[in-house]
Amino acid sequence: MSPIPRHLLDVGDLGPDGVAEVLRVADSFVEVGHRANPKVPALRGRSVATLFFEDSTRTRVSFETAAKRLSADVLSFATGSSSLNKGESLRDTVETIEAMGIDAIVIRHPSSGAPAQVARWVQSCAVVNAGDGWHQHPTQALLDLYTVRQAFGGGDEGTERISGLRVVIVGDVRHSRVARSQVAAYAGLGASVTLVAPPTLLPPSLEGWPIAGVSHDLDRALRSADVVSLLRLQAERGSGQCVPSLREYTACFGLTARRAATMEPGTIILHPGPMVRGVEIASEVAELPSARITDQVTNGVAVRMAVLFLVLGQGTTEGSDHG
Amino acid sequence: MAERERSHTRARGSVFVPRAHVMTSADVHRAITRMAHEIAERNRGLDRLVLVGLQTGGVPIARQLAVALEQVDATPVPVGTLDVAFYRDDIGLRPVLPEAVTDIGFDLTGTTVVLVDDVLFTGRTIRAALNALGEYGRAQAVQLAVMVDRGHRELPVRPDYVGKNLPTRRDEMVDVSEDGVALGDLVPR
Repeated sequence: MSPIPRHLLDVGDLGPDGVAEVLRVADSFVEVGHRANPKVPALRGRSVATLFFEDSTRTRVSFETAAKRLSADVLSFATGSSSLNKGESLRDTVETIEAMGIDAIVIRHPSSGAPAQVARWVQSCAVVNAGDGWHQHPTQALLDLYTVRQAFGGGDEGTERISGLRVVIVGDVRHSRVARSQVAAYAGLGASVTLVAPPTLLPPSLEGWPIAGVSHDLDRALRSADVVSLLRLQAERGSGQCVPSLREYTACFGLTARRAATMEPGTIILHPGPMVRGVEIASEVAELPSARITDQVTNGVAVRMAVLFLVLGQGTTEGSDHG
Repeated sequence: MAERERSHTRARGSVFVPRAHVMTSADVHRAITRMAHEIAERNRGLDRLVLVGLQTGGVPIARQLAVALEQVDATPVPVGTLDVAFYRDDIGLRPVLPEAVTDIGFDLTGTTVVLVDDVLFTGRTIRAALNALGEYGRAQAVQLAVMVDRGHRELPVRPDYVGKNLPTRRDEMVDVSEDGVALGDLVPR
């Protein structure tokens, strides 16, 4: 039976088998993406609503492109930035959407746990977390894994290679849902993860994080890294107050051209975007062949197609594991 | 089709129990040689001819056909593979997953495509394959070769080249492997 849960809220819900399944199905959608017509009729007649309570360009566009390439109908709910009350009004919005016969809700919300709450409210809708507060951004971690797997051989072989890799995650871990999903995803496939950040940008407690270690010395960490994954300083979540100045942050934790030159050949650089060039990554570093940032965006569509297809296309009659 | 059914049923905990061995591997080999001659005869040579094997059971048969065709006509025939999962009409009714990545590294426009599968049953896989093929170019003609035609069609699909016509019950299972063709049942473990 397919190991895919009904909702995708947390990358940990998938387990290693579910992650491997998403990556395998994404391979087929990458092939579809290379065709003259990058569209398949798989989810014809299904509808997907994107419900974003927080600014986003790439994630929203990526999900909507994915749904359209699966031939699903897409409803883009503009929630605006104004007077959205939490609690009941979110519930009302969700119930309204479900009453319209929507099959899946892709939700981004500034409050951690909002997608899980929505998943408890819905009757038959599938809920996909597109980022909630500091908590999780599962599809970002999955597309990172896909990009790493592609860079290290691809296919099932590539998935296996991940288990031996040394991954360094650099930057604002404290405020980052991406980091939380990445750590769970990499560790779930057996990679060894090291966090590199100033103490002020680490969470108050790292208890229970499946990491190999924490370092405050980027230069040293870079020397033994297979994957360097950068995080953005999240000004909107208050990162700025956690560092003395952006210049000092860049001096200590930015991936400058000088630092990039010290990396072993074959080390790849990832960034979930949006990049702030000149802060966490130097502009010329982002253009290096080892920087797979554009691949991440391209793969993101295929990975989200895989997630939507697995969540929506797996049957509700016989052999259903919805439980 | 049979392969696909097999892998899904296996996951649900059923096993294939063979009852009758209907073709040996030598029989299959002879059938492939005959089908290769039929393909060359009907198309008056192999110019602009390509083979597309359906994942997963049709792929080894397509490869064997390509070898046999080269012996018949001394012309190399390109072989592609096609997974029809995203074109099936039962998505959402049962678990449908791609078995492998489609690999058609050539433009089908103007070619004669011989679709190859191991077992022809309801015809729904072929319907899906015809829709999927269109994404890789407008073929001049599409023909169908199957190792076993077991009947029970639900759509107006007819094979052009058949290894063996095998009358079956609907609930039986046809298994095509390296050892030949077996007819049997799915038994819950």
